[in-house]
Amino acid sequence: MTAPAGPVVDVEFDPALPWQKARSVALRPEPFGALVYHFGNRKLSFLKSKMLVAVVTSLADHPSAEATLVACGVPEAQRPAYAKALADLARSQMITPRESA
Amino acid sequence: MTAVLPSRPQRPEGGRLIDQFEYGLDAPICLTWELTYACNLACVHCLSSSGRRDPRELSTAEAEGVIDELQRMQVFYVNVGGGEPTVRPDFWHLLDYAIGHDVGVKFSTNGVKLDKVRAAQLARTDYVDVQISLDGATAEVNDRVRGAGSFATATRALENLAEAGMKDFKVSVVVTRENVSQLDQFKALTDSYGAQLRITRFRPSGRGADVWDQLHPTQAQQRELYAWLLANGDNVLTGDSFFHLSALGESLPGLNLCGAGRVVCLIDPVGDVYACPFAIHENFLAGNVRSPGGFQQVWQNSELFADLRNPQTGGACTKCAHFDACRGGCMAAKFFTGLPLDGPDPECVQGYGETALAARDLGLVTPKSSIDHSHKGPVRGQPTLLGMPSIPVKACDESPLAGLTAG
Repeated sequence: MTAPAGPVVDVEFDPALPWQKARSVALRPEPFGALVYHFGNRKLSFLKSKMLVAVVTSLADHPSAEATLVACGVPEAQRPAYAKALADLARSQMITPRESA
Repeated sequence: MTAVLPSRPQRPEGGRLIDQFEYGLDAPICLTWELTYACNLACVHCLSSSGRRDPRELSTAEAEGVIDELQRMQVFYVNVGGGEPTVRPDFWHLLDYAIGHDVGVKFSTNGVKLDKVRAAQLARTDYVDVQISLDGATAEVNDRVRGAGSFATATRALENLAEAGMKDFKVSVVVTRENVSQLDQFKALTDSYGAQLRITRFRPSGRGADVWDQLHPTQAQQRELYAWLLANGDNVLTGDSFFHLSALGESLPGLNLCGAGRVVCLIDPVGDVYACPFAIHENFLAGNVRSPGGFQQVWQNSELFADLRNPQTGGACTKCAHFDACRGGCMAAKFFTGLPLDGPDPECVQGYGETALAARDLGLVTPKSSIDHSHKGPVRGQPTLLGMPSIPVKACDESPLAGLTAG
């Protein structure tokens, strides 16, 4: 058993930056959304809506997390809740910052 | 489990995850796979009544087929147990095969095969977790239920793993009346190997039913355990198995719900699929991985699992103020103590379980599983709890000088 991908750093989630689903993360579709599994740190998490699944899987296609929320049609009132969900996913390394936009 | 139901309640949109889980998932989160019923030990409380290998056990090729299917279903890891899984000659092959197919393995063992070479091999392997079973923090307490010499075997395995530089291995403890007072000792012992402590609930399953009255923690001990978990829970794994204690007040971390057939199931050594590892009984048998459609067909379409994937709406418990905390407790614990499945858990911390147990019909015969692979004769190092005859441990099993006093 080797150490999980590097030391655990407290990733500050900035929705204005480009993000992506981490490479070692797999998504399993479920009726309510999806189950997320990180093969490196073996954390298990859940995406509680299909819209959040769409957001996470398309993060890499947009210049920022904010832009992804807009592109996926997340209603404005729900965007803070989605940003919080993404921040949680960043903390558990399910999503990682992307180098360029 | 009845056959035809007119209609089943529809899954709600959104809401809490726990409410979603009640309706089941497309694939299990926590799948236990017992590879063999064979075991070198004869623990008095064995949940699967293991001992002798079953001639119908899955072949290597069939086991590989199951792993292929788990990979397709994206079951990211399995909990492998037995019996003693490492006595299967193809165990190490299947371990590598699973890991090579994106199915991580957490396996439970009594440590019998974990010599220095295997420990080093495990330390080199990514994506494998090892749990060494120990049911006493001292040989005296442990060996009474697991058998003479089993403490020495387990601690030798722990030493080997620590020496090999293995990270995050676990010491797995079933909490009983006899060891509940040793929780701090277990923690200290585990820490001394750089391991992690995992404690789980004792259920009246398999041979556990025979010793449940003797070994299940008393009500006072349940409260002690709850207090200990609140104080130490962050550093201790529990497999979310103590959710019945949540009715004492504060919710314990984890999933406070019976996951049987919803997010949990068992594949037994002959390929039978049960709702949960503690429910090896024909009433909870959903199908077999050898039948057409394999495991996926059983998980997604069995009538039994469909029945289990509903919120509990009736029964005495739903009227209790604590129902949302404990959700009625453990299905297997109720079943094997002869209690109704929609009533209280036998260890209900509000005391309703004791009342229900006392109110059972005197003539009631508690359900017994017909699946029993227990050793038929005495085994070496037989547990002494039951006061049965045992073959003495050979002096040289431990060390060439064991048992010999210098003259």
